[in-house]
Amino acid sequence: MSAPLDPATAPTFPMAARTLVGDTQLRKNVRHATDVIQAKRRRVVDEMPDWQALRESGRQIREHTMRHLDRYLEQFERNCTAAGGVVHWAADADEARRIIVRLVQQTGSDEVIKIKSMTTEEIQLNKALQAAGIKAYETDLAELIIQLGEDQPSHIVVPALHKNRQQIREIFRSTMNLPDLGESPQDLADAARRFLREKFLRVRTGVGGANFLVAETGGVCVTESEGNGRMCLTLPETLIAVAGIDKILPRYQDLEVMLQLLPRSATGERMNPYNSLWTGVHTGDGPTSFHLVLMDNGRSEILADEEARQTLYCIRCGACQNVCPVYRQTGGHAYGSVYAGPIGAILTPQLQHMEHAQSLPYASSLCGACYEVCPVKIDIPEVLIHLRNKVVEQNTAGIKGLFDAEAAAMKTMAMIFRSERRFRAAQRLGRMAQSPLVGSDGWIHWLPGFAGGWTQVRDLESIPKESFREWWEKRGASDVR
Amino acid sequence: MNVSLFITCYNDTLFPTTGKAVVRVLERLGHTVDFPAGQTCCGQMHYNTGYQAEAMPLLERFVAQFKASEVVVVPSSSCVAMMRDHYPKMAAESGNAALRREVEALLPRVFEFSEFLTKKLGLTDVGAYYPHRVTYHASCHGLRNLGLGEGPQTLLRSVRGIDLVELEGLEQCCGFGGTFAVKNAEVSSAMLGEKTNAVLNTRAEACTACDNSCLMHIQGALHRQRTGVKTVHLAEILAGTEQDGRL
Repeated sequence: MSAPLDPATAPTFPMAARTLVGDTQLRKNVRHATDVIQAKRRRVVDEMPDWQALRESGRQIREHTMRHLDRYLEQFERNCTAAGGVVHWAADADEARRIIVRLVQQTGSDEVIKIKSMTTEEIQLNKALQAAGIKAYETDLAELIIQLGEDQPSHIVVPALHKNRQQIREIFRSTMNLPDLGESPQDLADAARRFLREKFLRVRTGVGGANFLVAETGGVCVTESEGNGRMCLTLPETLIAVAGIDKILPRYQDLEVMLQLLPRSATGERMNPYNSLWTGVHTGDGPTSFHLVLMDNGRSEILADEEARQTLYCIRCGACQNVCPVYRQTGGHAYGSVYAGPIGAILTPQLQHMEHAQSLPYASSLCGACYEVCPVKIDIPEVLIHLRNKVVEQNTAGIKGLFDAEAAAMKTMAMIFRSERRFRAAQRLGRMAQSPLVGSDGWIHWLPGFAGGWTQVRDLESIPKESFREWWEKRGASDVR
Repeated sequence: MNVSLFITCYNDTLFPTTGKAVVRVLERLGHTVDFPAGQTCCGQMHYNTGYQAEAMPLLERFVAQFKASEVVVVPSSSCVAMMRDHYPKMAAESGNAALRREVEALLPRVFEFSEFLTKKLGLTDVGAYYPHRVTYHASCHGLRNLGLGEGPQTLLRSVRGIDLVELEGLEQCCGFGGTFAVKNAEVSSAMLGEKTNAVLNTRAEACTACDNSCLMHIQGALHRQRTGVKTVHLAEILAGTEQDGRL
């Protein structure tokens, strides 16, 4: 798992899931971690009498922002620049990487300390830095575990959620050369602290992302639990942040809503322990040079699709991942992207211009648990269905579409359902055709082809001799009540 | 009341017993049941799998069959969710103003079976008898999309002789999800494993729900594992009386 998660080359979700579902330790870790976070979230959400009103406010703020995103982006750029920041625009991941590498090179240093940022994971920044001879040190505890273990993040808030304490201890023991390391949380935190302190004090350049960009002030907000991000934001001379254009909030006071919704949904905390908010640069206080890379990388295409636009309302809390019964079984790596779980299933294929990751919109039973917990009310099942329709349109287009087996079956069934006579005939035909498959107990234990997925672990009761409508018609003549 | 029954395609074909039970309960409560013969399918499978164009004629067929009905009762929560969540948008996008008005007028008269009893008729006790240990599975579409809440359990608690036991992880999906069960068979099976473990832990004789699609899924594993635990639609429990008392 050392190569970065790349949707363009990842196996399909069912293929990846097949392996991961067989990893009982992984499933146990994921189930345990998501159960714990969910219980914490429930406690701090249930205590809020106005939670539903807050969600609605969050939704409306995000909806309004996306409708006027062009205006707010320009306002942000003006205000950030006026405060001494430098704003760069990147159309895609490649441009963002090139800008950041160049900015680091201009500082003259060959190492950076990093604040946890899924956007830097999205653009595989560490790989690009490494190629340019720049060493990146992850400072978020979970990201450090991932980096030292040559692993990949499996959750947007808790990237090492798939690892348990014993596994983390092994990683630290071997990579930090600490043969006698204990396995209590205290031992592990101490080891990480000693490892990181030295970097904080030495490295002069910080690289990270942003939770929110405030258009009204040009300010940038980062929320975190450990304070390691705060170190990276304040100690270096140069600070470089990359953010998707969707991270904008119009007003400073919108943080009032978001900083209630985000921590309660993400980590089950009333407030994040560290909320950093800075505007440009200030002499004698923090970095003397601040760069912000505003990146599109597929987002404006999502913005243009009215039915999918709500995907961009996401504030990356990860609540949908914790509650998802599919994610619960596979963990994040099955999604082949840093954005896993329900939000990943809608975001990733769109960021890939629907050219890759087409199996992800189908990686859901449409149970709706994600929509129920989403702090900004993204109707994820609705977007999943919308994207499935796009996938079907791709698969059925042109000559190739004529040979698509699923489409042929679906169209045949639709044709049957369009006529009562054909439906009745199909019911009779089904009863006859099933007979070679029905066992002596009246059940089907094996199905051919595509339907075989069903009988891997399930039986199917055979079709009864009489349909409801046949019974109804016989009864109509004789039986009354 | 004159109740039109929309049995749904899979209940019609695979679970006629559920339909008979619905008729029995409604008639016992003094209502008249009719069955529009041209009905087939609501289009859920096509719509949810991405075949929106194929679902559209099925919406039109449903409206044509039921627009004159006083109320429509459907013993399947996911099919009702399909209609409520998607028909208005589908009709609006069709550009057919008459169809949009018909959908708007018809949908408030469409009820999931347990919802019809509890919300429309305001009943909790329908005079049923079912002397068995039972656990209730809250199908996702009934729980979240229709907001059935405690309704089905309220009906079950009033059944004479029943021993109702709560299912752990009630709000968790059983892993069916229509074509999901075959497209992602491994993950679906893992989800189902958690659900059947919870069912077995209740030591119930039967697991019930408002949706035979979830039950078919759960039953598939319970039968494969030779557990002897049955699945039975809520209507079939409510149809039982002291006179017959069969499982």
